[in-house]
Amino acid sequence: MTLALKTTDLAKTFDIGKRLIGPPRAQVHAVHPVSLDVQTGETLGIVGESGCGKSTLARMLVGLEPPTSGSIEIEGRALDRADPAAFGRLIQYVFQDPVSSLNPRKTIRQIMEVPLRLLHGMRGQALDDRIAELFEAVNLRPEFLTRYPHEFSGGQAQRIGIARALAASPRILILDEPVSALDVSVQAQVLNLLADLKAEFNLTYLFISHDLAVVEAVSDRIAVLYFGSVVETGPAEKVFAAPRHPYTRLLAESAPVVGRPLGGAQSGELPDPLNPPPGCAFAGRCPRASDLCRREVPALRKIEGDQFAACHHPLEP
Amino acid sequence: MGGYILKRLLSAIPVLLGITVIVFLIMAMIPGDPATAILGSYATPENVARLNRFLGLDEPLWRQYFIWLGNMLQGDFGRSFALNRPVLDEILDRFSATLILAGTAFVLCALLGVIAGTISAARQYGFADKAITFVVILGISVPSFFLGMMMILIFAVQLRWFPVSGMYSIWGGGDLPDLIRHLTMPAIALSVVATGVVARLSRGAMLEVLRQDFIRTARAKGVHERRVIWGHALRAAMVSIIPVLGIQAGFVLSGAVYIEMVFQWPGVGRMLVDAILKRDILLVQGGVVFIAACYVGFNIVVDVAQAWLDPRIKT
Amino acid sequence: MSLFLKLLFRNRLAGFGAVVLGVIVLLALLTPILPLHPPNETNTANRYLRPLSDGHLLGTDHLGRDLLSRLLWGTRLSLAVGFAAALIAGLAGAAIGVIAGYFGGRTDNVTMRGIDMLMAFPYILLALAIVAVLGPGLLNALIAVAVVNIPFFARNIRGVTVGIAHREFIDAARLAGMGHTRILLTEVVPNIVPVVVIAMSTTIGWMILETAGLSFLGLGSQPPQADLGSMLGEARSALITAPHTSIVPGVMILLIVMSVNLLGDGIRDALDPRLRSGALARPMAATRVERREVPAAQGEGFLRIDALETQFQVGRRIYKAVNKVSLDLQPGECLGLIGESGSGKSVTALSVMGLVASPPGVITGGAVRLEGKDLIGAPYELLRSLRGRKVAYIFQDPLSTLHPLYRIGDQLIEAIRVHEPVSHGEAHKRAVKLLEDVRIPNAAARVRAYPHELSGGMRQRVGIAMALANDPDIIIADEPTTALDVTVQAQILALLDELRQRRGLAILFITHDFGVVGQLCDRVAVMYGGRIVETGPTQDVLEGPAHPYTKRLIACVPELGGGRRILAAIPGLPPAVDQLPEGCAFAPRCDKAQDACRRGEIELKGETRKVRCLYPEVAP
Ligand SMILES: Nc1ncnc2c1ncn2[C@@H]1O[C@H](COP(=O)(O)OP(=O)(O)OP(=O)(O)O)[C@@H](O)[C@H]1O
Ligand code: SF4
Ligand code: SF4
Ligand SMILES: [Mg+2]
Repeated sequence: MTLALKTTDLAKTFDIGKRLIGPPRAQVHAVHPVSLDVQTGETLGIVGESGCGKSTLARMLVGLEPPTSGSIEIEGRALDRADPAAFGRLIQYVFQDPVSSLNPRKTIRQIMEVPLRLLHGMRGQALDDRIAELFEAVNLRPEFLTRYPHEFSGGQAQRIGIARALAASPRILILDEPVSALDVSVQAQVLNLLADLKAEFNLTYLFISHDLAVVEAVSDRIAVLYFGSVVETGPAEKVFAAPRHPYTRLLAESAPVVGRPLGGAQSGELPDPLNPPPGCAFAGRCPRASDLCRREVPALRKIEGDQFAACHHPLEP
Repeated sequence: MGGYILKRLLSAIPVLLGITVIVFLIMAMIPGDPATAILGSYATPENVARLNRFLGLDEPLWRQYFIWLGNMLQGDFGRSFALNRPVLDEILDRFSATLILAGTAFVLCALLGVIAGTISAARQYGFADKAITFVVILGISVPSFFLGMMMILIFAVQLRWFPVSGMYSIWGGGDLPDLIRHLTMPAIALSVVATGVVARLSRGAMLEVLRQDFIRTARAKGVHERRVIWGHALRAAMVSIIPVLGIQAGFVLSGAVYIEMVFQWPGVGRMLVDAILKRDILLVQGGVVFIAACYVGFNIVVDVAQAWLDPRIKT
Repeated sequence: MSLFLKLLFRNRLAGFGAVVLGVIVLLALLTPILPLHPPNETNTANRYLRPLSDGHLLGTDHLGRDLLSRLLWGTRLSLAVGFAAALIAGLAGAAIGVIAGYFGGRTDNVTMRGIDMLMAFPYILLALAIVAVLGPGLLNALIAVAVVNIPFFARNIRGVTVGIAHREFIDAARLAGMGHTRILLTEVVPNIVPVVVIAMSTTIGWMILETAGLSFLGLGSQPPQADLGSMLGEARSALITAPHTSIVPGVMILLIVMSVNLLGDGIRDALDPRLRSGALARPMAATRVERREVPAAQGEGFLRIDALETQFQVGRRIYKAVNKVSLDLQPGECLGLIGESGSGKSVTALSVMGLVASPPGVITGGAVRLEGKDLIGAPYELLRSLRGRKVAYIFQDPLSTLHPLYRIGDQLIEAIRVHEPVSHGEAHKRAVKLLEDVRIPNAAARVRAYPHELSGGMRQRVGIAMALANDPDIIIADEPTTALDVTVQAQILALLDELRQRRGLAILFITHDFGVVGQLCDRVAVMYGGRIVETGPTQDVLEGPAHPYTKRLIACVPELGGGRRILAAIPGLPPAVDQLPEGCAFAPRCDKAQDACRRGEIELKGETRKVRCLYPEVAP
């Protein structure tokens, strides 16, 4: 297996309250240094609650957001200049809100043509053929090409978004909550389509979601994000079934599952990002927290086999 | 809150400086030199040069600016050559008259506009709404000076309810009732356009707010519809109405120029127009800076009111 | 385009404005070829002729010039100047606004400070200063008016651009390889054109007024040339002796500006997509009821909904959001209402207390009986006294459902005091108690907090506290945890369950999550396309769904612990409720569908378990 994507200490800090001159009033560490490896052909699921830095991480990976520090390597090539056009041919993005990711004033054909023309210099017949091919791949009818985005349902619009991302012939697709805006019965259609496309085009996926069950169903490996840091990674079948990090366990127990009594109702909330605590960010909610936890930030380390956790007192399986 | 007011006051300083720079630069661009304007076109070159030196006009531009600014800060706005009196004295005399006129009109437009807009929104598509909408369209379409003239024709000349013009009667008078009699027509004429704008905007803001979820919450609690409209909804709508009131204050102040012309009201607006036609530069310069500064001050009041109303603004 | 014109003329006032303006513009265009006196030909012998005098239809002015001719020439001038000023200000302002808004950061900061500086002047001061520099004259007045209005456009357009620049399609364009210039021209600009058109069309009238004003002051057009403003200015001295010389140009200005404004409003309404769908209508205090007959009560029930029908009437379309829905809720029971987005869950819930937004919502049939009394069409005051006291609501998004400007304590106190005449102090004490009941830490201090100062979970606790304020018998919770994170959702669900046990509340719990239903509800009703398709005890339904839709919906939602798998998707889309097919709404997606499924009305049949299907999966 080869490495499709590798990040080294990728981090992002936002300035809050910028002034015309001088330093900003405050800073928020949206993403703490993250090092991830994704193998070619793998699906890495990323889960976390709102505000934990999922989207910021994703936007850095495609060059939409310049990282504050760290580096990104795609298939061995370093890409550190934040230029979406340079990233575009290697890595593409599928957005959460399918309708707002399509320009309301352009026809679907115009939208589809852009990446083919600009990234691959296609013209004329080749262009038309390629569009037809892509539309076929995402199960859309060719007559949709002349219509405008508002004429489509969420599921159809998301297929168009996927087709557009595929038009760039990328090696990697970042899927940022691709099904959370969709109807429950349409979600499964899109998830299955994504699985088919992955096999057909030999893609590597980064699948971001807040829905644990969905992530578990589609991923090979899962990384759990909390407060801007990766707190646990491991194979999909183990992360929620036998979590090593207390936060992962809390997540897994909170997910509503038929037949399980209401539980996981621990109190406590996320720390204030403007005023983060020293040590482990989860210490305030953690039943195992010790003085060490409140003093020192735990590093992500191997617990057993391919399970990694950032915790001083990891759970036993 | 005190901290916010202080912060807001401090942030006004660069704005005020910017205003003086803009005004100074504009005035410096005026073709022809003031000395010639003062001495007339028959003046000898020596006299012009002497006066220029006397006025400091032979200095480089930036020094002229700082001299002018320093003088102003000490209350010396220079001397109007056309009126032959200190600019500041003239401005202060005239400004009080404008303040009475514009202030009254502003209070009228704010009260009537918000009330009319709220009623209009609460009774959307009802008779009251249609009537108010019609009056508002008429109000924002009529030039205030034409409205003033027609009011003179009808209420002063035909019906003789109000005096034709001026601020006080020439003989006798000078007391409050006399002022009010003179003030009524110009204040109304001045407020009509602004009332229309405020009413329209209030209606729009109210309609926007009435669709919000928290209005549904209030209704679900069982709150009386009257309180839903005049309490919950209006309060939220004020957040977008108040900034408009700030802008409207500027429009009322601007409209005062026309109204002062029509009603012979002795305010700064008329003074400025006269000064421009006579090319009395120092008076124009001083007047513009003074009014702009007052307007900046008023906008601080608006911002503070806004911050008081909306806790989401960081104070 | 034709849609645009149709929308424009649907608005009768705008149509009227268009006609008046059309006539005026036509006259102005034809002026040079009309048989008129030369506008500047003086004839002092014929001063101040009244209107309708010989050869001078509108009379003459102080120099004996023909008023009609001067009026038309003046109109030409005023229109041209107004349009030109609006065009210049609009384009320049839009350019500044687009660039500042798109690039943001320092560019934006510096530009906007400059704009703010200009807006610190009451506009006329700036105009006067500009005229002072350039000297009086129509062209200079035009420049002054245009320049003075640039900041307004720039600000407005910047705001819109910022909104667009953060939309995802801009990011998508960058990823597709577009550079900044290309994005600005092909992605941003087409989207702000309507805004610019709206801004221009609603300000042209204003610009015409302003230029007329400067001319009126003698700072615009110079004699003998006259626009409408300077005609009025010249006539002012003879206002009393010859009023017609003032009235003629004044009325013309009024007509022009009014027709422009009416037309501008019409254009705005036709271009604004929100107004297009009639969404900007004010919802009334209670939902409109148009009910022909009252169905008989179909059984017992503390709260009974019988054959409820609620529709949205938008233009000629009718959305049957709730279609003959019957439900019942016993005291202390938790009934789950589950379905996909748009299936009519919320509308059902809101109909109970007449809270469906109306217009466009109308309750067209059915009954809602609380302890046997029908509430549909009940007098407003009765409905109001029940809202919050007997039946309370908890809504989905706690940020938008709490009033942003009132302290949470005050919102609670209000909820108490609308139904009970207790003192403020007493109500305050109870508010603190309520916050403690929903386990908000440090409640005594938190009553003074504003909603934005709380986290999502805390806000939803406040929402629950408010629902509990008057000890209601029934709580209707409309997806109260959908906007929350899983860990917070678990806390809120546990809280609701505990409160329900302790207070004996009946809950109608709306959700789209089978897991939540399974953990919380005694019974469940499944909705599809505005109808109930299946109801029954939760466990029975989840373990042995009878309706094909329920079965396949459960199958297509992944469940935690199921591992990696291919999901059993349902093909097709949920139906649009404005064109429901005859027969079973699920037929187009159902693999068991027969011809019989596409005909007539399919009944909801059964006793404790009911199902609306001809070929159910298990016998109900
Ligand atoms: N204000 C409105 N105007 C027009 N149609 C509306 C309006 N509100 C709701 N509808 C329509 O009524 C139908 C039912 O909507 P409802 O909000 O009850 O669905 P829901 O089941 O609550 O969905 P969700 O899960 O998204 O909350 C939908 O088809 C929707 O389009
Ligand atoms: S490091 Fe300590 S506080 Fe943090 S999760 Fe592990 S045990 Fe809990
Ligand atoms: S009635 Fe027919 S189409 Fe409808 S769900 Fe049952 S079997 Fe399927
Ligand atoms: Mg809903």
